[in-house]
Amino acid sequence: MRLEPRTETGLGLKLAAPLAAIAVSFIVAALLVLIGGASPFAVFAAVIKGAAGTQFALLETLTRATPLIFTGLAAAVAFRARLWNIGGEAQLYAGAILCVVLGTGALPLPAPVLLPMIAAAGFLAGALLLLGPTVLKTRFGVDEVVTTLLINFIMVLFVSLLLDGPLKDPMGLGWPQSKKVIADAVWPKLVQGKRLHWGFVLAILAACAVWFINARTTFGYEMRAVGFNARAARFAGIPVNWVMAKTALLSGGLAALAGVSEVAGLKGNLTLDLSPGFGYAGIVVAMLAALHPLGVVAAAIFVAAMFVGADAMSRSVGVPNYIANVMVATALLTMVAAMLFTRFRLRRG
Amino acid sequence: MEAIEILFTASLWAAAIRIASPLILATLGELICERAGVLNLGIEGIMTVGAFAGWVAVYHGADLWTGLAIAALAGAAFGLLHGFMTVPLGLSQHVTGIGITLLATSLTYYAYRLAFPEVTSPPKIEPFAPFEIPGLSQIPFFGEALFRQTPLTYLAFLAVALVAYVLYRTPIGLAVRTVGENPAAVEAQGIDVTWLRMGAVAVGSAFMALGGAFLTMSAFNSFYFDMVNGRGWICIALVVFGSWRPGKALLGAILFAAFDAYQLRLQQLAGAYVPYQVFLMLPYILSILALIAMSRRAGYPRALMIAYRKGER
Repeated sequence: MRLEPRTETGLGLKLAAPLAAIAVSFIVAALLVLIGGASPFAVFAAVIKGAAGTQFALLETLTRATPLIFTGLAAAVAFRARLWNIGGEAQLYAGAILCVVLGTGALPLPAPVLLPMIAAAGFLAGALLLLGPTVLKTRFGVDEVVTTLLINFIMVLFVSLLLDGPLKDPMGLGWPQSKKVIADAVWPKLVQGKRLHWGFVLAILAACAVWFINARTTFGYEMRAVGFNARAARFAGIPVNWVMAKTALLSGGLAALAGVSEVAGLKGNLTLDLSPGFGYAGIVVAMLAALHPLGVVAAAIFVAAMFVGADAMSRSVGVPNYIANVMVATALLTMVAAMLFTRFRLRRG
Repeated sequence: MEAIEILFTASLWAAAIRIASPLILATLGELICERAGVLNLGIEGIMTVGAFAGWVAVYHGADLWTGLAIAALAGAAFGLLHGFMTVPLGLSQHVTGIGITLLATSLTYYAYRLAFPEVTSPPKIEPFAPFEIPGLSQIPFFGEALFRQTPLTYLAFLAVALVAYVLYRTPIGLAVRTVGENPAAVEAQGIDVTWLRMGAVAVGSAFMALGGAFLTMSAFNSFYFDMVNGRGWICIALVVFGSWRPGKALLGAILFAAFDAYQLRLQQLAGAYVPYQVFLMLPYILSILALIAMSRRAGYPRALMIAYRKGER
């Protein structure tokens, strides 16, 4: 048996990869549920009902998908240029910190000025945070996977430090949480009285913007060229290190917007549990979408549905909600393998 | 003044050796994988699996050594999965490794919640007890620092010697080192690159799982969420710091652990002036600095992260 490159990949095959990944993740989950002594059908029914069964559930899924779209785009942008940004978690918190620093009354400006200003500052914080590991990679050859991962741990400790000291809410009864952002810094709700906010629309706009950059600009072409073959790109006169740096700024900034969006749109303040691993889940979202920015939106909604649905299911059926994490990880691994068969075909001999 | 005196206490070095033990085992594991040309970012998750598997086996009545064997087997199983995806399928070692970590960690947490649905404090086991080596443990200073540890610590040190011996003094070690540098040369010798690499990844992953098992079966007596806490990523930095050599990696792990033990003591001394989080950050910052410092001299295995397809150049 050997692998032979395909000259072209049909749309059907491209769509089959994520579907196969989702199918395998459901099969694995069904086995685990059986081991847990419950009925897979009851569990899946409860997951689907919990994720999309009611208007509340559906809005909750979209709310949860919002930060995942941002972190998914961050991973998709970086991975396309083969910049392995695993630091989405840290960049998310960088955005959240900036949001709290500027949004709790330090800048007494009207909302139309304040909102974009905070978003831009948050974007910049995340962008610069990824620039460090990227420069270490291009200048010194330090693997960015390890540095970005280690920075995640440093960042969480830094947030904890801030919440014990300078950003601590004096009215917080000793809890490690920041003050709430002022009314002018809050992103408006999308549906009156519900949790879904404008961050969701912004996330979709961001996906469209990334798609435009990828498909219609020189920068997008350069990112792809660098990712495909950095040596050839350099030979063709593309400034590889500069493209890497620009990619890092875009990727880090997008991940930071997830943090801004969670604070300004949903939670109102910064806590240590602001992100239950949105940064890492963003990697799965990006891979499930085969790094396509518009696919990221769909993949993020799917991953969010699994998490929201599993939470509801574990309350009603009692199977641990970690089943969602298992499904998402299985989907990632299957997707990576399935992608192989969109590029190659198996031949005898 | 006091801060310097701490450096000369036997208890600091005893703590350093204890903290180093899981790092030594897991670093050896990563080193074996990378020497064969496969980066294994599944390390963090495989350590979590090892920590849980060994502990839960002992909790259900297995003796400690059986528990260790089960932990190693569980680790090897995830190693085989990583090996299958990265070697014959040749998929991205970065993304697959992250996926293995996510899968291993979430499977562990699922199993833990399934086995212990409503526990407020996690159940405990009787862990490995310190074993005083007769005679040697009576030497002043060194006796307390080195020879009053648990059997797993002695095992970690033995493992370094064993891995170094196998890598540098046996044909299979030569084959593993060569496949990480030039797989085609190994193929020309009539050795199957795929099986060799997958075997190395499985064995390396078993070592990682033993490192994780040290946490639940020697350092503590129970399993907690997030208990590996980035140790796996630190081990990846230690492999680079040790230039892919077992002896240097051992030295790196001990230095790192001494620093960690030292910062814990400094915390008590200077905790009033500096927030404790700063001390907790230091090990991660140190790892990054070590990576930068060694990057210029890093002698990467040349085929690291390069998939091998027969007949392709």
